[in-house]
Amino acid sequence: MTTNPILRIEALRVEARNAVLLDDVSITLGKGEVLGIIGESGAGKSTLALSSMLLMRPGCRVTAGSVELCGQPLIGLPQVELEQIRRTRVAYVAQSAAAAFNPFYRLERQITELPALSGRLGRSERHRMAAALFEELQLPDPESFGQRYPHQVSGGQLQRAMIAMALINKPELIIFDEPTTALDVTTQIEVLQLIRKVVREHDCAALYVSHDLAVVAQMADRVLVMRHGKMVEEGPTRQLVDNPQTEYARQLVSNRGHHGYAEQRGDDRPILDIRNVTAAYGAVTAVDNVSLAMAPGEVLALVGESGSGKTSLARCVAGLQPVRSGTIALQGAALPPLVEQRSFEQRRLVQYNHQLPDLALNPRQTLRQIIGRPLSFFHKLSGTQREKRLAELMAAIELPVSYLDRYPSALSGGQKQRVCIARSLAAEPKVLICDEITSALDPLVEESIVLLLGRLIRDENLAILFITHNLGLAARFSHNVAVMQHGRLAEFGPTAQVFETPQSAYARTLMEAVPQLDEGWLESRRRA
Amino acid sequence: MTLMQGSAVRSFVVARIASGLVSILFISFLVFLGTALLPGDAATAMLGQEATPELVESLRQALGLDQPLLIRYLNWLWDALHGDFGVSLSNGQPAMAMLLPRLENSLILAFSAAVIVLPLAISIGLVAAIKKGRPFDTMSGLVSALFLSMPSFMIGYVLIYVFAVEFRLFPAVSSVRASTSLTGWAWALTLPVLTLVLVAQSHVLKVTRAAVLGVMGSDYILMAETKGIPRIRIILLHALPNALSSIVSICMITMAHLIVDVVVIEAVFSYPGMGKLMVDAVAYRDIPVVQACGVLFSAIFVVLNMLADLLGVLVNPRQRLPRRGV
Repeated sequence: MTTNPILRIEALRVEARNAVLLDDVSITLGKGEVLGIIGESGAGKSTLALSSMLLMRPGCRVTAGSVELCGQPLIGLPQVELEQIRRTRVAYVAQSAAAAFNPFYRLERQITELPALSGRLGRSERHRMAAALFEELQLPDPESFGQRYPHQVSGGQLQRAMIAMALINKPELIIFDEPTTALDVTTQIEVLQLIRKVVREHDCAALYVSHDLAVVAQMADRVLVMRHGKMVEEGPTRQLVDNPQTEYARQLVSNRGHHGYAEQRGDDRPILDIRNVTAAYGAVTAVDNVSLAMAPGEVLALVGESGSGKTSLARCVAGLQPVRSGTIALQGAALPPLVEQRSFEQRRLVQYNHQLPDLALNPRQTLRQIIGRPLSFFHKLSGTQREKRLAELMAAIELPVSYLDRYPSALSGGQKQRVCIARSLAAEPKVLICDEITSALDPLVEESIVLLLGRLIRDENLAILFITHNLGLAARFSHNVAVMQHGRLAEFGPTAQVFETPQSAYARTLMEAVPQLDEGWLESRRRA
Repeated sequence: MTLMQGSAVRSFVVARIASGLVSILFISFLVFLGTALLPGDAATAMLGQEATPELVESLRQALGLDQPLLIRYLNWLWDALHGDFGVSLSNGQPAMAMLLPRLENSLILAFSAAVIVLPLAISIGLVAAIKKGRPFDTMSGLVSALFLSMPSFMIGYVLIYVFAVEFRLFPAVSSVRASTSLTGWAWALTLPVLTLVLVAQSHVLKVTRAAVLGVMGSDYILMAETKGIPRIRIILLHALPNALSSIVSICMITMAHLIVDVVVIEAVFSYPGMGKLMVDAVAYRDIPVVQACGVLFSAIFVVLNMLADLLGVLVNPRQRLPRRGV
């Protein structure tokens, strides 16, 4: 580390109207150094990252501490000088490139906005700068790439274009705020490798914010663990991964580590049998000739990148999307394609859980109404019987019975997802479809939901169709795995087999792209 | 993909124009039906109340009024498509010839108001968005809502009372003719234009404010802030263009309303426009003139609404251009 740090934040405290977002946070970052910041949502990671350029969201303000960038204290500087510093010294790479680019302008115009603003460079020089950066970031057709609008390029390309935008003024500090969270694993690994290369070659300091410990472990020299706006632990990456000091950091690390696979079960007769199913939206085929089977008490993980047809297949099973050809049989009897044509009993036996509980729960109903509805609808329960069953369901999802009179807005994200599960259980289904139900949750909350589901499989002998893009979770939790690509089934088999000895090339690529905690993992991957 | 999306925009434009034409056709039928259902017809209107039934009947036959409604409509429509809405019952001139100079006066009034109200209301809405929650925002919202909730004729009468009767600054009756001087026009138009401005500002102001505020919360504005772009540039170059499609739509719809509102305002100020002509024609049962005015008003309204939809799509690159290269 050099004697003159690029960024020095000391005892920083940031408050919103009635909450403390950052409390006594101090970091130092030298030239060429990458500091990883990790924590769950609401831990203050992004607030800290934006504080390094003293950018506060509306209603937030610094109440104590200091921020020093390239030797210059930022607090107390007039807005004009702050903007000058943001234009020249520091750059920001946001999580969702699709949302962070202005849809109204072509990419090159946005990427070269700062040089254009300074007025020193002509149009053709700016174009050459942009084209050179596009080339460096391995974007297709660098000469004309910038002529496209943001909606005309893919997510991975857009993320790389945003890194080009960050590099345009040769900043001394780049802030990466979850830059690969919105990408598929195979795209993520390419972008991660590029970020590593760019930071080394341009010799700038970087803050790398992520909720994924494995990603941070690959990217950062040092890691800062944050929780509730406070620093929990800070240290060199290897030390933190191999020998965490605090309980919270230990949980994070063990959560990412490998636990072995779920025990295989005996050969039961399949409860759900999907044969040669094809489904399409107009001319676009979403699911192409897929055959799967699952037994009671079994978790079938459905994995694949976005757009691979996972959700479409689940919607076919639930009767929300008609199949073009093929059959779906429940307990040996073929299900009619649409939910309207299914019998009362058939509807009861298949229940669906969505990714975002906020959208799946009626905000104007209490939990008693939400969970009680399937009880009276499917089981005609009322009065004390209904109350008794409600209490059992609340116990099953490990929430106090007193919560029954609450509204969803009074619950946390994990608790809301539990309520959704309870509502499904109220119908006493045989097959539970879980569509990315933990992907909006923090790692430790995700773990608690998965533990809950694991218990339910044993207690209720449920079969779970578990859709996820989180391969680590699929490996730990499922008995069988189905890998989908472009609507087709790339591979289907016992979890251990698919993860250890994948047969198809695509499954192999996918498995190898999952970030690991091991040192040097990223370098060992073949360059994309 | 490129082809599909390119033709998607084209087919949207074609479909929107087609639906606009169908609307105008449908309205022309409603106008015709409405005037046909009025008590009494052209024959009784022309001959007066004392005419003998035999006389009325022979005139009806001469005018073709004894034919079925649909046949009469189709005949009328055929003539109307050739620009012939028949002859005024009050002075025997062709309805179109009476209408055109009046239409010109109405358009002068409506466009004068539009030229003032659109930039003004957009600017105030923009400043209100920038100063959200501050006194300027609250006051502009309050004043704007006040004039929105008053009927337009009442605003007109209040202005006449204050500026024409009490202070005698402007005329209460805005009578102009082609020979009137430019200053004379300006003098006569001031109060009716001011009335229209007060009536029409509210929606443009509120939509501009809401659209800009909606955009200011988006990620690309935060991105622009991290790049150190000055705030005024962020608002004008990063936020405003993305709010444009709602603002353009509301401007077009406001123009359409301006042209309809002139009917009432012209009556209040006795301004010789198409609205005044139509109100008078209704009073005299001058059915061809009423029909011509009705069809023309609704055609203008439909065309402006159609322009609102088309421009709303064309200013948005995401809708104008295809996806590609995924």
